[in-house]
Amino acid sequence: MSEVHAHTVAFVRTSEIPASPPPVAEAGAVKWIKDNLISGPFNTIMTILGILVVAYLLAGLIPWIANGTWTGADIRECREILQGSGGGCFAVIAERWPQLLFGFQYPDYLRWRPTLAFVLLFLAVPPALFVMFLPRWTLIVTAIYPFVAYWLIWGGTILSPIVAAVGFLVGYLVFTKVEKRGFVQGLAAGIVAAVAVWWIGGVIAEEFSRVGALEVVESRALGGFMLNLILGVVCVSLSIPLGIVLALGRQSKLPIVKGFCVVFIEFVRGVPLITLLFVANVVLAYFFPPNSNPDLIIRVIIMITMFSSAYIAEVIRGGLAALPKGQYEAGDSLGLDYPQSMRLIILPQALKISIPGIVNVAVGLFKDTTLVSVISMFDLVGMIRGPILSSTDWTGVYWELWAAACVLFFIVCYGISQYSQWLERQLRTDHR
Amino acid sequence: MNKSVLFGTLAFAGLAAAGASAATLDDVKARGTLNCGVTTGVPGFAEPDSDGVWQGFDVAVCRAVAAAVLGDSDAVTFVPTTGKTRFTSLASGEIDMLARNTTWTFSRDTDLKFDFTGVNYYDGQGFMVPTDLGVASATELDGATVCIQTGTTTELNLADYFRINGMSYEPVPIETGAEAVQQFLAGACDVYTTDRSALAAQRAGFENPDNYMLLPEVVSKEPLGPLVRHGDSEWFDIVKWTLYALIAAEEYGVTQANVEELASAPGDNPEVNRLLGTEGELGAMMGVSNSWAKDAIAAVGNFGEIFDTTIGESTAIGLARGLNAQYTDGGLMYAPPFR
Repeated sequence: MSEVHAHTVAFVRTSEIPASPPPVAEAGAVKWIKDNLISGPFNTIMTILGILVVAYLLAGLIPWIANGTWTGADIRECREILQGSGGGCFAVIAERWPQLLFGFQYPDYLRWRPTLAFVLLFLAVPPALFVMFLPRWTLIVTAIYPFVAYWLIWGGTILSPIVAAVGFLVGYLVFTKVEKRGFVQGLAAGIVAAVAVWWIGGVIAEEFSRVGALEVVESRALGGFMLNLILGVVCVSLSIPLGIVLALGRQSKLPIVKGFCVVFIEFVRGVPLITLLFVANVVLAYFFPPNSNPDLIIRVIIMITMFSSAYIAEVIRGGLAALPKGQYEAGDSLGLDYPQSMRLIILPQALKISIPGIVNVAVGLFKDTTLVSVISMFDLVGMIRGPILSSTDWTGVYWELWAAACVLFFIVCYGISQYSQWLERQLRTDHR
Repeated sequence: MNKSVLFGTLAFAGLAAAGASAATLDDVKARGTLNCGVTTGVPGFAEPDSDGVWQGFDVAVCRAVAAAVLGDSDAVTFVPTTGKTRFTSLASGEIDMLARNTTWTFSRDTDLKFDFTGVNYYDGQGFMVPTDLGVASATELDGATVCIQTGTTTELNLADYFRINGMSYEPVPIETGAEAVQQFLAGACDVYTTDRSALAAQRAGFENPDNYMLLPEVVSKEPLGPLVRHGDSEWFDIVKWTLYALIAAEEYGVTQANVEELASAPGDNPEVNRLLGTEGELGAMMGVSNSWAKDAIAAVGNFGEIFDTTIGESTAIGLARGLNAQYTDGGLMYAPPFR
């Protein structure tokens, strides 16, 4: 065919025309602007309004930051330096930065200890969060971390955290031995073994309380953003396992277990967190003799953990309910008992579904830790509202301090949310 | 890990709680520190400085009591309390005394079962206006808009005052002190009213404090003082007389600078001698050392010195003595005789 045409047609092009660039209006930034910003009269107006709003905000914000001063001993000096230039008085942040981070009672020569604990957190967390990339043995670091962090932050003899860790270890070993006879027997034996170790170890630790002793820091001395982080990390990591247990309990066929879980979840969800905190602070103090109150921070951790575990339980129950019935039946038909089918089949799928909800609760919980400022604990917000804003030097500085608090919280919360989105992508097994 | 201890304490909780009300002095001595309730921060009255050390007018009372009882003004554990938690902290025994801008009222003294050991600051509700409003007295405020915190006694006092004087006003209800200041500075109201000490402290933080003034009228009585639990009169006496010792020291001219010298040997004034323990056994009568008042004054100074260094006219807060001057200077500060 082609030969025929070669003779009958005047010109045949033998090479391809080089691709010419698309029209300017149909590609690149111009097209994007045309399609997205000025695609019609309404959108054009909205774009202009949006630009005006952003420009207005920046016009206020940029001079505030650029003209701000970081020196000055009090608000009056700050104002002299600024001379009404509209800048911010960031000197308050410079002067009170350690107080914002650690509270005002943590001894300043010991601040390296919580700092070190914070740095170690970045060693301890990745094995748990990126479990699919790191070898499994690195989880040991995660398991050891809580005890090291406790020792660093609160001080005291190193024997106490060691005994606590050994108790968990012995409990786990006993559990794995006895588990073959049944999950529940294993659990009971493990708990008995752990309590026995703690009881004996407690006596020993008291006897040798000088071994590896760091200077003791009382819980009351904890404060600042450190307190928010401690409460957030501890309560989230405790409330996830508790929430799983409660969610499973609520679905249980055993009436007492089910009843207990339902009452607990509904009661805690029906009460505001701040009420629970007042109970922790005020009411519990009446039930214990003076001087022997369990630590306020422990009371608060218990209350916040209870609160968030009830919410997480409901989130996980949603995940359990979303699984098709066939998954449960598959477990049964394979001859797995209840703990096995839960661990191997149901929970891995249910938890994956629940990730956005759990992260939602975790972020909310982290921000809710600022409520402890109401019961006169000096977390970041408590520090700002109490000692700093009401000091003679800095009364009247609002924006700078609250902006600093916003930045600190935003960094952490945004980090958590980015991680959860990444995790969801990693765990996606469907073919959307 | 302290399970046995915990169970033991639980079992004896009721007994010990009942015993907590008695012998606070013994508890404090055994513990070696005084647990003193303060605010979470009120400028000039109680505020931690940038090193985390508590400073202020109420704090000085805590330090004076610690010095009188334990001989060490630093042997104080400051327990910050909010307006909501202060009374339960004291009633439950978490703190030994409360020095926290607390107004002495009938129901707090009787119904809540506390004892006010005296008054260390006579406060009262006042008014702040911009100077260019051209008002010199609260009686000229007819028809003004007033920023006021809701749910406080100041709201009721305001209504009473305007009704008595046959004036009308427009209230601008506001939740917190900081918010009230913002509204007032933004011009949302002509007048801002709350306790005069708070007005002065907040005015000190304004960008142009000279553009605002406090009106001379005081429309309510707010006697602020330290308080302790009912039922331990010995401890009540110690806190009460430590406060009086500070007040008497100013009256007799005993200062932080000359107290050591005056206490080294008996002087001409027998009242000073008894106060400082160079004559008589006043300390022993209360169960503390005979140098209790000397220790307290040496640690924090006399009442006038405390006032001047924390909230007086030379500080940023700049409160005048007014009612808080000695009775000899026309104020209400009056210590009973040390005899």
